[in-house]
Amino acid sequence: MDILNALVAFTNFVVVPATTYGAQLALGALGVTLIYGVLRFSNFAHGETMSFGAMVVVLVTGLFQSWGISLGVLPTALLALPFGILVTALLLLATDKVVYKFYRKVKAAPVMLVIVSTGVMFVLNGVVRMIVGTDDRRFADGARFVVNARDFKEWSGLSEGLAIRTTQVITVVVAMITVAALFWFLNKTRTGKSMRAYSDNEDLALLSGINPERVVTITWLLVAALATIAGALYGLDKSFKPFIFQQLLLPVFAAAIVGGIGNPLGAIAGGFVIAFSEVTLTYAFKKVVTYLGPDSWVPDGLVQLLSTDYKFAVSFAILIIVLLFKPTGLFKGQNI
Amino acid sequence: MKKLLLASTAATLMAGAGSAEDVKIGILLGFTGPLETIMPHMADSAELAFKEISETGKFLDGSTITSVRADSTCVDASAATAAAERLVTSDGVLAIVGADCSGVTGAVLSNVAVPNGVVMVSPSATSPGLSSIEDNGLFFRTSPSDARQGEILADVLEEKGITSVAVTYNNSDYGKGLADAFAANYDGEITLSASHEDGKADYSAEVAALASAGGEMLVVLGYIDQGGKNILQSSIDTGAFDTFLVGDGMYGQSLLGLADMVEGSLGVVPWAEGEGTDRFTELGTEAGILVDSTYTRESYDAGALIALAMAKGGEATKEAVAANLLDVANAPGEKILPGDFEKALDILAAGGDIDYVGATNVELIGPGEAAGSYRYYTITDGAYETIDIR
Repeated sequence: MDILNALVAFTNFVVVPATTYGAQLALGALGVTLIYGVLRFSNFAHGETMSFGAMVVVLVTGLFQSWGISLGVLPTALLALPFGILVTALLLLATDKVVYKFYRKVKAAPVMLVIVSTGVMFVLNGVVRMIVGTDDRRFADGARFVVNARDFKEWSGLSEGLAIRTTQVITVVVAMITVAALFWFLNKTRTGKSMRAYSDNEDLALLSGINPERVVTITWLLVAALATIAGALYGLDKSFKPFIFQQLLLPVFAAAIVGGIGNPLGAIAGGFVIAFSEVTLTYAFKKVVTYLGPDSWVPDGLVQLLSTDYKFAVSFAILIIVLLFKPTGLFKGQNI
Repeated sequence: MKKLLLASTAATLMAGAGSAEDVKIGILLGFTGPLETIMPHMADSAELAFKEISETGKFLDGSTITSVRADSTCVDASAATAAAERLVTSDGVLAIVGADCSGVTGAVLSNVAVPNGVVMVSPSATSPGLSSIEDNGLFFRTSPSDARQGEILADVLEEKGITSVAVTYNNSDYGKGLADAFAANYDGEITLSASHEDGKADYSAEVAALASAGGEMLVVLGYIDQGGKNILQSSIDTGAFDTFLVGDGMYGQSLLGLADMVEGSLGVVPWAEGEGTDRFTELGTEAGILVDSTYTRESYDAGALIALAMAKGGEATKEAVAANLLDVANAPGEKILPGDFEKALDILAAGGDIDYVGATNVELIGPGEAAGSYRYYTITDGAYETIDIR
């Protein structure tokens, strides 16, 4: 019984949140990695792209709710996702036309593009705040829980509860569908193959008649979809707040680099590595240890490796370790 | 002898009449900054008191009070000090209503008020640290210290027979001060007292640590529109805690939004009720002031106390305010409600005693701060239900 209690407590406070967070990071990192692979620069504006996409979803969700459209137990936001992706895609294509295209034409060094993307980040940040303001917004509706902590306790007779929110399940399911669709696109379709060819060797791709502008456009479309889904899922699961996406940029980049930047599979692995390390290293294991250990062995302290304030330091530390010992990342991405 | 008598009478008349003058009182509040939305209403309330007193025509032989507003910014101590310096040296104010936030209040008090001998009456600084600050008897406040709230929070738990709690507080002077005051008064076990930062989207890690530490209840001393609410939500979602005890920063409509989930939770918030409060509501509404905004009553009382202290001293000087403020605020004397200034000034002119009750049942204790009354409430059926006022 005690082992079960320990397991449930661990699942409730570590496994479930870390899996959800990992899926959100993986989607974000996929966007970063695609841009790096095809356009060859680290897009610092990616966090704000997520924020913008999530904002459109929030606004459209509000509109649907006021019209009385809903999905029953599922959140209305799912219905608003395509609209979010569409608007974000338009925004990204416009940014590309106005800003990035010029630097591609003059063959600017990647570091210059990084700085340019930082500028774009600040502009987008301001735009988002001007449109929705800086307040916290919750836009999740429908059924809140798949498994409710109180019901679980009654059903199982355990003293620990287990809660799984609808949004957490949706996050994981939507992420899986998105990733599967992306991989199918990249590996099976002609356009996907031409993108990979362009990413592997630009000159050879040009020689075989691949239109570079078309590849760039499709990349931005994919990035818009990934960023909007990642941002909307994060907002749905937690809450939408324009400021937090800048904080999210660090773990997203850490995930992309740890997995091997430019490698989509690496981005997913990286997302989960970062998420699980952040949550596990800052979790207080007191309860779990109390359940597992003998009766007399109750720890005085919290059995916590790092205080929760150091959550972001974890992704930094992992990033540095990986860059020092395996600069190409866990899954052989490009060298940076 | 007759001449001498005449001369002295004339002198007294001259001094007493002193001819009606324009008395300047400063209002130092954070008109810009994190609390800028509530400050205009506070300033309006203080000015309402000045206006009513001036209009009686009996204040120091028909003198009128002019207020001079200055911006304390709430958070920037050097800007607040400069603003206060300007009020005292260039505008020549005789006393200051303010400052608002605890941090800048302490800075202005030691850098400007004490060196110049000017009284400050803060309507809203609640940090316990201000009770023991070196003030030469020049600092008063019409809001209670959070030390008192800490005591009440501890009492509430002890009455309920709760012997072990986890505490989470907002990482600021307010949160830390209140958490310390609570810890000093609570006899039960505090399994963990952890701070949380505002402005994050995800508090699951913080809640996981609190849940691991355990406790019968979670004490949340934060802000309802910031991290506090997310902590509640996350605790309920993960089943970490079912019931909560919340501090004054958590009182608000957003808390009721979670009402069906926090059913049976307890809370404490500074409260005023009674005839004086009703009278202020009436007068304020008539004057077009948003009376239900935070600390409007305290601001009105702060303004009124300063003016009445001058009237009691019979002269518009800094010293008169410092010497008589406690006297007019506390018993003995005739009880004075908001708007009763004509009566009050008559009594003072005749050399009598008044006990200003005002909008918040003013009773200044210890080093000159409001004893304060708090509303102890519970959340039942999606609404606040008062258990008692203490």
